[in-house]
Amino acid sequence: MAADDDRVFKALADPTRRFLLDRLFERDGRTLTELESELEMTRFGVMKHLRLLEEAGLVVTRRSGREKLHFLNPVPIRLIHNRWIDKYTERQVSALVDLKTQLEEMA
Amino acid sequence: MTTITETNVTTQVYRVYIKASPEAIWDAITKPEWTERYGYGGIAEFDLRPGGAFRHLTDEGMRAMGAGDVAVDGEVIESDPPRKLVQTWRMVMAPEMAAEGFSRLTYEIGEAKDGVTKLTVIHDLEGTPKLALLVSGAMEDTGAGGGWSWVLSGLKTVLETGEPLNEAR
Repeated sequence: MAADDDRVFKALADPTRRFLLDRLFERDGRTLTELESELEMTRFGVMKHLRLLEEAGLVVTRRSGREKLHFLNPVPIRLIHNRWIDKYTERQVSALVDLKTQLEEMA
Repeated sequence: MTTITETNVTTQVYRVYIKASPEAIWDAITKPEWTERYGYGGIAEFDLRPGGAFRHLTDEGMRAMGAGDVAVDGEVIESDPPRKLVQTWRMVMAPEMAAEGFSRLTYEIGEAKDGVTKLTVIHDLEGTPKLALLVSGAMEDTGAGGGWSWVLSGLKTVLETGEPLNEAR
């Protein structure tokens, strides 16, 4: 779904949001307070970035008692990988294979 | 100065939106004719009631590499089709992971909205660090598969297109 891909690319096109994802990759399931403590930014600003990440499906929140925990969800990145990266690397590989065949035939 | 409490780091959460009904997703998780078509493959056997047995069998390829008949085993804790499935889950195929014991796995399936259904997988991996690495996909380069994000993107593809994920092996 193109709209979903758009949201993921937009969410990733910002250094603060990538920083937040990297922090969650390091240690998953963090609260807003924990994430905020690593950024020179207002609580409101961090919340805004987290909401965009959540809308893109890159962050999933779960309640644990009174706390709201943020988890990194890598599935949308995987889907983009399947959709785009595999396709292009495949073409490069087959182009190299063709080149090899041609060169060998000339030799 | 506030002290930061260390939160739960042993849970992994995965979410995917699939153009399919909740019932179709439930079947793709619990029925053998579906489970052999995505992810690690192999047939899953569920006795879908509390205390019922769960086994995910190895496929031909795994057995050819010396694996036994069972890849994963466990027990059903809660079965509420097509909304929620809670079970224990132990990788028995790898001895070092089998030794870690059982993890706890929850599938949550949402209501369909415009034909799209939300599937959330919550894997509680307390006391199973080796299994946590495997299901996170961190061992993909060693040929151990891409973990849950790989399994779930395969599940999405097979439900939406009827065809398994096309990938280089």
